[in-house]
Amino acid sequence: MSAPGTGSRFSRLARNLLPVATGVGMILAWYAVCLGLSADHRFLLPSPREVAQAFAEKGPTLWSAALSTGSGAVLGFGMAVFLSFALALFLSLSALIRASFYPYLMVLQMTPIIVIAPILVLWVGPGLGSVTIITFLICFFPMVVNTTQGLISTDRNLVDFFRMCKASKLQEIFLLRVPAALPYFFTGLKIGATLAPIGAIVGDYIAGNSAGGQGGLGFLTIVYSSQFQMGALFATAAVGCLMGFVFVAGVVALSWLALHKWHDSFSRSDT
Amino acid sequence: MREAQTPIVELKGVEKRYGDGPLVLDNISFSAERGDFVTLIGPSGCGKSTILRLISGLNPVSAGSIVVDGMEPSKAVERLAFVFQEPTLLPWLTVSQNVEVPMRLHGTQAATRTETARRSLELVRLADRMDYYPRQLSGGQKMRVSIARALSVSPRIMLLDEPFGALDEMTRDHLNEELLAIRQQLAWTAFFVTHSVAEAVFLSNRILVFSANPGRLHDEIRVDFPYPRTEETRESEPYQRLVAEVSKILRSVERLKA
Ligand SMILES: Nc1ncnc2c1ncn2[C@@H]1O[C@H](COP(=O)(O)OP(=O)(O)OP(=O)(O)O)[C@@H](O)[C@H]1O
Ligand SMILES: [Mg+2]
Repeated sequence: MSAPGTGSRFSRLARNLLPVATGVGMILAWYAVCLGLSADHRFLLPSPREVAQAFAEKGPTLWSAALSTGSGAVLGFGMAVFLSFALALFLSLSALIRASFYPYLMVLQMTPIIVIAPILVLWVGPGLGSVTIITFLICFFPMVVNTTQGLISTDRNLVDFFRMCKASKLQEIFLLRVPAALPYFFTGLKIGATLAPIGAIVGDYIAGNSAGGQGGLGFLTIVYSSQFQMGALFATAAVGCLMGFVFVAGVVALSWLALHKWHDSFSRSDT
Repeated sequence: MREAQTPIVELKGVEKRYGDGPLVLDNISFSAERGDFVTLIGPSGCGKSTILRLISGLNPVSAGSIVVDGMEPSKAVERLAFVFQEPTLLPWLTVSQNVEVPMRLHGTQAATRTETARRSLELVRLADRMDYYPRQLSGGQKMRVSIARALSVSPRIMLLDEPFGALDEMTRDHLNEELLAIRQQLAWTAFFVTHSVAEAVFLSNRILVFSANPGRLHDEIRVDFPYPRTEETRESEPYQRLVAEVSKILRSVERLKA
């Protein structure tokens, strides 16, 4: 699809340089806006330099907060992976089962987390437990739906072929349906991976344990915003963002490992 | 001596409808002897695939009876191999792993599996592609893997539903010869569906022509050219005459439908 020869070399160079140039441009624009603000309003938008400064000062606090929130995200996400897979296996068994469970899954999904969180705090107390459960609740639904869809979308001919071979139900599920569902499973996982860090920060914001100053990123958000520490707030946002990237990158790597050899989504264009 | 043999597959007064849909097959009766190569030909929708599915036991008959090797079709399934119109390979397994699937499902030992898979792949001349994934193969190669997989269970009966329908004529001719050569060694009975009259005449010793709406057995043509058949068979005058004749019958059946 790409133009041959010099054109493609130029476009490759452009592809690598443009994102960098865009980033530099945005930082410059950011500086420009800061300079343009009147003295009264300057506190609203910290300059890139102030954010960098906040990073340097608050570094250890930020990383330990990221670690705390990250643990909640990993635990909640992991829980969602296992339970969504198990539930999807169950749901894939029959249309009747799906019909009887889907409405309640929807109810779970539609209930606002913001309301569930305080209830959880009352039940399990603030801290890692609550954060994990909130993260789990946020990623669970898209994962179940995708994996279930994958498990019931197996090619009819392949199912017939397995039946011709007298495959048992278990063989059909684990040797055919599960591997065939992997691409769907990873789609769900990717959606979940983008949600998990957000879920953990929200969880931490509402239900985190701040005792002993050991809060996570959500807790830091509360502290810094109450103190108008704009630079530190921006730095916190950046750490959250980085955490999201690490999560998604991890899942993308896993999906590459599982699929690149055989799935068309990884077939390299032959140029 | 043929008359003394019991047929390996026998259909008697078979009717089929899917659910409460219209009648798909009406009063189909025919039988095949061991070693027959029976080709089913007829207009689209006349129920050729359905007949193969009934013989294989994948679907039940609505009326009438089918006996396969002295048994009900669903009991005889171990003697059968089905080659679908699409290669129907598992994309996450390599070529040799794909060929091993039926044996794995039957619980065959790993060593035997590997050995049998290699031999089946040699028969279709793909032994050098054992570690490829299906997406790295051409359409014809995938079909050959599918055939190797069917052969790996040493079937007595092969059911082939337009296996070469998606291939170009050259490849198809070539695979036809390969298929006959393999059958020469392994001697299974074949039920073969195709839309190509030339292919039907080349491969089979019996051609069953069906008409549609509902599917009925319209005519049977015997093809007496001796096996092994080769390129020369295709070029011979009697072959070409028979192709023309069967085409004519098929056209008359198509008109009947309209
Ligand atoms: N699973 C099914 N459910 C309902 N009807 C079906 C089903 N499979 C086939 N039919 C119907 O049975 C009839 C015969 O179908 P079949 O696939 O056996 O035809 P065919 O002769 O193989 O056609 P083609 O040459 O196009 O492959 C068709 O009218 C089709 O609509
Ligand atoms: Mg068909």
